[in-house]
Amino acid sequence: MSEITPELVRHLAGLARILVSDEEVEQFTKQLSVIADSVAHVSKAIDADTPSTSHPIAMANVFREDVVEPSLSQAEALSGAPDSAEGRFKVNAILDEE
Amino acid sequence: MTDLIRKTASELAALISSGEVSSVEVTRAHLDRSEAVDGAVHSYLYQNPESSLIAAAEADRARAAGEVSSPLAGVPIAVKDNLTTTDAPTTSGSKILEGWQPPYDATVVKKLRAAGMPILGKTNLDEFAMGSSTEFSAYGPSKNPWDLTRIPGGSGGGSSSVVASFQAPLAIGSDTGGSIRFPGAVTGTVGTKPTYGAVSRYGLVALASSLDQIGPVARNVLDAAMLQDVIAGHDPHDSTSLPESLGSMTAAAKKLDVKGMRFGVINQLAGEGFQPGVAARFKESLNLLSAAGAEIVEVDCPSFEYAIAAYYLILPAEASSNLAKFDSVRFGMRVEPGENATIERVMAATREAGFGPEVKRRIILGTYALSSGSYDKFYGAALKVRTLIQRDFDAAFAKADILVSPTAPTTAFKFGEKIDDPIAMYLNDIATIPANLAGIPGISVPNGLAEEDSLPVGIQLLAPAREDARLYQAGAWLERAHEEIWGKRMIDFAPELEVK
Repeated sequence: MSEITPELVRHLAGLARILVSDEEVEQFTKQLSVIADSVAHVSKAIDADTPSTSHPIAMANVFREDVVEPSLSQAEALSGAPDSAEGRFKVNAILDEE
Repeated sequence: MTDLIRKTASELAALISSGEVSSVEVTRAHLDRSEAVDGAVHSYLYQNPESSLIAAAEADRARAAGEVSSPLAGVPIAVKDNLTTTDAPTTSGSKILEGWQPPYDATVVKKLRAAGMPILGKTNLDEFAMGSSTEFSAYGPSKNPWDLTRIPGGSGGGSSSVVASFQAPLAIGSDTGGSIRFPGAVTGTVGTKPTYGAVSRYGLVALASSLDQIGPVARNVLDAAMLQDVIAGHDPHDSTSLPESLGSMTAAAKKLDVKGMRFGVINQLAGEGFQPGVAARFKESLNLLSAAGAEIVEVDCPSFEYAIAAYYLILPAEASSNLAKFDSVRFGMRVEPGENATIERVMAATREAGFGPEVKRRIILGTYALSSGSYDKFYGAALKVRTLIQRDFDAAFAKADILVSPTAPTTAFKFGEKIDDPIAMYLNDIATIPANLAGIPGISVPNGLAEEDSLPVGIQLLAPAREDARLYQAGAWLERAHEEIWGKRMIDFAPELEVK
C-alpha cells in the first residue's frame, strides 16, 4: 500500500512551490498513490552492489578555454522578466513584515 | 503548387538547387497549405509568414550568388515550440511561458538558419513535453491527419501532424521517452532519436536533461538522415555534446542493403500484448528482412520489465529540478496573490496558475522521489535499474547489430481515451523508453497499416550508441521494401484533408 496521504501531497506541493486546491490534493493523492505503487518494484530489481548510472554516456569533466565570448546584454537578459528596475530583476519582499 | 507540398525534402532541395523552383515558392506553398488545413489539424502554435518568406528570399539570393549553405538549402521546416527562437515566442506548450520571447536562438535553430532553411512556425506539444497525445498542451491538442478524432502522438504531435498533413516537409522534435518516435509511428511518418549528445540541447527547454535528445521528423528516411546531418555536431554550449562526428547519415540512407546484418528481436517487446495488427505487421517485416539475407536472432532484456518504473522516477525527479526555474522572476508569468505578498507566495500562486495538471503531478512525484526517506527506495533504485538496462543492451548488441520491436503497442487512440489514467498513458512508451535510459539511438519507420483499423503502424530500430548510421541504412531498406509491397508510400494512404 502506498504511503501517499493528502498531508504528504500538500507538503510536497509546498516544497515544489505549487499552491494546490483541496480538489487537486484529493485527485493527486489518488493518482500519485497508483503511480507510486506501480513504480515501487524498481527496488526489487537491484541489490546493494548494482552501480548507479546518472548519465547515459559517461563523460569526464568537460572544459573549454577560458576566453571571453559574446553573451547576452543586461537588457536582453532582463527582456523576459515580469518586472525589473535599475538593470535588475525586481521581486516582492522575501520575508513577511512580522 | 499543390504537388510541391507532397514532395520529399530531398526532391525539393534538388529542385531549388537547380533553379527549377525557388525557396519562396516552396515556402509559400506550405504556408498556403497551413492556411487551408491547420484550422482543423492544429499543428502550429505560432506562424509568421512574413518572416518565413524573408528567410526563403535570402536562401534564393544566396543560391543565385553561388553560395551553397547546405544540401537542404531553401527547404522550409517547422520547429517544436520547446526550442528557443529569437523571432518567435517560445511557450513549450505551457501557459507559464505564454508570449515569452527568448533573447537567443537554440543551437539547432542557429544551424537551420545557417543551412538556409526557412522556419515555417513553432509546433504544438504536450506542456513541457510531458505526454503522449498533445492533450496536455495548454493550447489545445493537435489532431492526427489520418483521423481527426485521434491523437497524433506526443509529446511532439505538432511536429508529426505538421509533416503528415503536408504543411512542412520536415520538422524538429525532441525525444525524452519516445516523443519523436511514438508520434512518428501513429502518423505514418519517420522520427529519429539520435545518440544522446549527437545533437546539441542548448536552447531546448529542458524536461529531463539526462534523457532529452533533439532529432529529425520527416516523411521518409532519407529526409530524416539529411536533417540529422544538418543539426548534429559538437557544441561547446552543451557539456554533454559528443566531441566526435558520427559520419554521414545521408550516405547510410542511400546504401539500401541489409544483407548479413543481424537483427535482434527483443523477447520482452516481441509483440505480446500488442494490438494484433501491430504484431502482425512486425512479424511480416521480420520475414522481409530474413528473405533479403538478414539474420534474425532472439535477444533477452529481462530488466526492461522495470524500465517504465525507472523512467517515471528519473524523469519527474529531473523535471522537478529543471522546472524550478519557472519562478516568476526571470521570465514568464507572475501572479500576485494579494497585496504585499512575499516572493514565496507569488511563486506558489504563479506555478499554480501557470502549470497544467500533468506538470504538477510530475513535479510533485519528482519531489517525492527525491525527498529524504524516499530517495534510496525510488530515485536511487531507478538509477541502478538504468545500469541493468544498459547491461541488457550491451549483451543484446553482442548478438545483434540492430534491435527491432514495434514502436508502440497500439495505433493512434481516440482523444480522451487515456487522459484520466496516467498509467495507461505511460504504457504507450514501453518500447521507446529503454533507448533514452541507455542513451542509444532509435528510429521509427512506417511499417504498413493495421488490418483492424487501417491506421499506420511503426517499427522501431535501435542501435548501439554512436551507430546512428545503421538505423538509416536499415530503415531506408525497410521503407523501400514496404513501398514495393503496398505500391506507394505509406503516407499516401492517408485520407485527403478537407481544404478550407
